[in-house]
Amino acid sequence: MQKIIVCLKRVVDYNVRIRVKPDGSGVVTEGLKMSINPFDEIALEEALRLREKGQAQEVVAITIGPEDAQQQLRTALAMGADRAILVQTSAELEPLAAARVLHQIVSREQPGLVLLGKQAIDDDCNQTGQMLAALWDRPQATFASKLELNGTVATVTREVDAGLEVIEVDLPAVVTSDLRLNEPRYVKLPDIMKAKRKIIEVLAIESLGVNITPVLRVTRYETPPVRSKGGMVKSVDELVSALRDRGLLV
Amino acid sequence: MSRILIIGEHDGRGLNQSTARCVACAAAIDPASIEIVILGSSTSGVASEAAALTGVTGVLTVTAAADSPALAAVLAPQIAALAGEYDYVLAPSTTFGKDLLPRVAALLGVPQLSDVMSVLGPRTFQRPIYAGNALVTIEVPAGIKVVATVRGASFKPVGNGAGAPIRPVEVSAPLPTHTRFIELRSGKTDRPDLQTARLVVSGGRGVGSAENFALLYKFAERISAAVGASRAAVDAGFVPNDMQVGQTGKIIAPELYMAFGISGAIQHLTGIKDAGTIVAVNKDGDAPIFEIADIGLVGDLFEIIPEIEKRLR
Repeated sequence: MQKIIVCLKRVVDYNVRIRVKPDGSGVVTEGLKMSINPFDEIALEEALRLREKGQAQEVVAITIGPEDAQQQLRTALAMGADRAILVQTSAELEPLAAARVLHQIVSREQPGLVLLGKQAIDDDCNQTGQMLAALWDRPQATFASKLELNGTVATVTREVDAGLEVIEVDLPAVVTSDLRLNEPRYVKLPDIMKAKRKIIEVLAIESLGVNITPVLRVTRYETPPVRSKGGMVKSVDELVSALRDRGLLV
Repeated sequence: MSRILIIGEHDGRGLNQSTARCVACAAAIDPASIEIVILGSSTSGVASEAAALTGVTGVLTVTAAADSPALAAVLAPQIAALAGEYDYVLAPSTTFGKDLLPRVAALLGVPQLSDVMSVLGPRTFQRPIYAGNALVTIEVPAGIKVVATVRGASFKPVGNGAGAPIRPVEVSAPLPTHTRFIELRSGKTDRPDLQTARLVVSGGRGVGSAENFALLYKFAERISAAVGASRAAVDAGFVPNDMQVGQTGKIIAPELYMAFGISGAIQHLTGIKDAGTIVAVNKDGDAPIFEIADIGLVGDLFEIIPEIEKRLR
């Protein structure tokens, strides 16, 4: 196929423990390390491997976000994406608005495959890929742990509650990655230098004519109640009798 | 008064318990009616189970060969066609619901709420973000259809009641053929189901190998427990993916969760926060799992599990 589009989201890095603002108005994100959403990084890796196997010619990375999201696109270019598109906005988009924006780009770019993570680790919504597939009126294969392209179809193994489900979808299609799809490569210094010469196209979100006004009202953020730490026991006897006391073992 | 439609999850043979948990969530909204739709190639047995659930006022069946096994791209246009007269469309936050409902929401042109964990008002809900490290309260404005997945571990399944009428319905929606089911490779065993079991025994990287998991299976059998695992154990190939407990695996709420050789990454803890009692056994006394365990024991699981078994009556 000619082209694979990979959608990336800039999120607070996986290793950072976030805090809720004391006034409950949001989560503190200022000054925190930001990264490509790990699920999206896996999606990008998969696209790069398909290109390296000769099954695609071009990998285009797209993100929707602030100017600073260029950093994550630079990382994507350093990993091996051929070019990148930033749909620039300082607004937080609901997944449906993000899907509408991506649908605009996808309609313009006409990829053979769209890859993205099954969810972003900030809002944990797990919606954007499915919504894009619906708007685009194309198949979706979510939670992918294996992806094979054969001409006009893709065979996808999906991680579902009951086990592993294999489905076949006609291309073009939207595939969302699960954790075990692959292990993303590390970026090497020469690649970072090379990536500086690659092109990031910046589009103002307004130019796409998509209404991005949030519909849902987020009224409060709070820290979840913590499970209080229980006690330690010193022996199996103590453990078993504690469980018997609670009526959990006979 | 509002009307709620719940998408029933089933495998053609039985109704998934996640549906009864959705009914509990729906009841908290205090609606005029709660209806469940069952889509499949054969729906009568599953529909009877759904109709028996307390609080359900009606069950719709859509019987079509293309509806089994369930594919989101095939079900979504049918549900979108049915959704018109309802104020709420709910589905379980299982891989079935997470795959399907966003597609429905997009077809309806409305946003979706994921993983509703509590109902604060008829249009006000709470859900987790950042792997459960923060909770947000979300209001759906009047006039917008509420489309939401329900986090099963947060709601106790309703029991059985008087029984509700079952009504077959015809849906005219063009069904795509671009998505085809090939097979389901299931690690199904005779052990209790992980998502509904009262007791769960779970192993992590510390178990060391697929062979060593036999120790957990044997112990689980003694106490009629389901067996789960951490992501590390699944990644290492000790057990299949359907045993994974945590943020990206299954979120469960058993009465007892016994974690053996699991260090307790935040993503794992997210999956067990609602458990009644958490027991942790780990060689490393500093393992984070001990921070949330109700009962902790530092030691070697290979010695401790046989010792527990010896003490069982």
